[in-house]
Amino acid sequence: MSQVLDTPPPIQAPADDLKALAARHGLSVSGARPSLPEYIRQLWARRHFITAFATAKLTAQYSEAKLGQVWQVMTPLLNAAVYYFIFGVLLGTKRGVPDYVPFLVTGVFVWTFTQSSIQVGTRAISGNLGLVRALHFPRAALPISFCIQQLQQLLFSMAALVVILLCFGVPVSASWLLVIPALILQFTFNAGVAMIMARWGAKTPDIAQLMPFILRTWMYVSGVMWSIEKLTKNDHLPHIVTVLLQTNPAAVYIDLMRFALIDSFHAKQLPPHVWPIAVGWALLAGVGGFIYFWKAEETYGRG
Amino acid sequence: MAEQSERIPQTTPQQPQQTTHRTQQTGQSMQSERIPTVVADSVDIVYRVNGTGTGRGSATAALNRIMRRKQADKAAGVRRVHAVKKVSFVAYKGEAIGLIGTNGSGKSTLLKAVAGLLPVESGHIYTHGQPSLLGVNAALMNDLTGERNVYLGGLAMGMSREQVKERYQGIVDFSGINEKGDFITLPMRTYSSGMAARLRFSIAAAKDHDVLLIDEALATGDRRFQVRSEERIRELRETAGTVFLVSHNNNSIRDTCERTLWLERGELRLDGPTEEVLKEYEAFTGDKAKKPAPKKAA
Repeated sequence: MSQVLDTPPPIQAPADDLKALAARHGLSVSGARPSLPEYIRQLWARRHFITAFATAKLTAQYSEAKLGQVWQVMTPLLNAAVYYFIFGVLLGTKRGVPDYVPFLVTGVFVWTFTQSSIQVGTRAISGNLGLVRALHFPRAALPISFCIQQLQQLLFSMAALVVILLCFGVPVSASWLLVIPALILQFTFNAGVAMIMARWGAKTPDIAQLMPFILRTWMYVSGVMWSIEKLTKNDHLPHIVTVLLQTNPAAVYIDLMRFALIDSFHAKQLPPHVWPIAVGWALLAGVGGFIYFWKAEETYGRG
Repeated sequence: MAEQSERIPQTTPQQPQQTTHRTQQTGQSMQSERIPTVVADSVDIVYRVNGTGTGRGSATAALNRIMRRKQADKAAGVRRVHAVKKVSFVAYKGEAIGLIGTNGSGKSTLLKAVAGLLPVESGHIYTHGQPSLLGVNAALMNDLTGERNVYLGGLAMGMSREQVKERYQGIVDFSGINEKGDFITLPMRTYSSGMAARLRFSIAAAKDHDVLLIDEALATGDRRFQVRSEERIRELRETAGTVFLVSHNNNSIRDTCERTLWLERGELRLDGPTEEVLKEYEAFTGDKAKKPAPKKAA
């Protein structure tokens, strides 16, 4: 039916009255951004939601498959098999790298962690507008939760990786414990970048279309399939290029993991000052990304 | 058309009567100092919609939009939709307030703004605590079992793990999911739409809210569940604060709310006791034929 009635003038109350009434009873403005310490406190209060959401996403992934959660380990194993077939058998790209298959598979898994964290981070807000528009929680919970999901995925991959390492005769050693600090640093870095991307992606969803190209370029310069150390040894590279290749956070985290896991990957193959660089990147991205994300907290899911 | 223009005089005299009711209300609040939980102070809400460029040139419009940014929204094909216009009201503790209005009159938008999920263009919304929209469904995942969704939904609403554990059985019993067998351990995608809606309501209603905003939730589920939901809403009102209910079902408004706001085209037309407002509203929407039916059900 067509309602062409003239709507009567809306009821108006003197604005001062209402403002005073609200102030008198200590009401707060709805939807204002909390202070940074308060934001951190809220986020901490939601930690169980963050982990539960990540685990739920992870399990929901394969819930329709007959093999179910077996795919969590099968998928990385199959991935590794494909890379082995192409680079190890067909192309034979060993290029003087000892234990090439463990070298390659470690690189692929560690890179995938960063890559997919950034990819899901970009869509963390723009892809979950329903959630953002329906429920109240510190929005940083979303990118962090997605990164935790990727971390869980990586842990399954690491289980597969251990099998592969043992099959290729890499001995178990104490240096494997270094995996833990390396992963913590990488996770902090990933979460920070994911939060930066989440803010960009929330404002301009088109960025999600660009990310695959940027990430692929990043992968090729990060020494996932080749050894940066072998390349930089040849002196004809400009110094700046060498430095850039060596301080690239993805390369740093990949090499740390290789150093921790593979006995033939020696400390001297690591870029100089590798641990300070790894910590620096994690702090820069983690703290910077978090503050950058919080600055736009009240704008997510709106407009 | 002639009929409608006849109705104008019917609603206009209502206006003064309405204002008297309003002053009477504020008079009451002065006496017993009722505690306000939500104060809306001449609230305007405007949506900006991208990509409304017509026909050819929508790609150029997109470019325009990026290039010009703030300058000319209109030239770049951004349309402004003024969804809520100068709405003011005060909601008090212990009240259940119905929100009615024809489709697209701005009810849900107003609710989202009260929840702090939409920005206001001008005016202010002050709230006591954090109002929550009864909309836990967005956090639930169809591929997970009902059981895990209860946990996930509870945590998403900000309950602690212990609270969820404590209330788990209550939520399942209330939803009645297990009345016809052990369905709670099945994935939610296997539920009928009614069952899923019941579980969603049960999860959302399990938390004690300061201000609870419900958007058409009671329309789902069978009659038995609707009665139970209405009871639960009454409980929530007693224990905590204020309940807002958006519904096209005048019966559920009648059964749960004693005060009703009528929004039409984004403007607040009436604010008063449910019976009075509904009478006007039903006259406006012209369902005179349906009028006897609600009385029988209520």
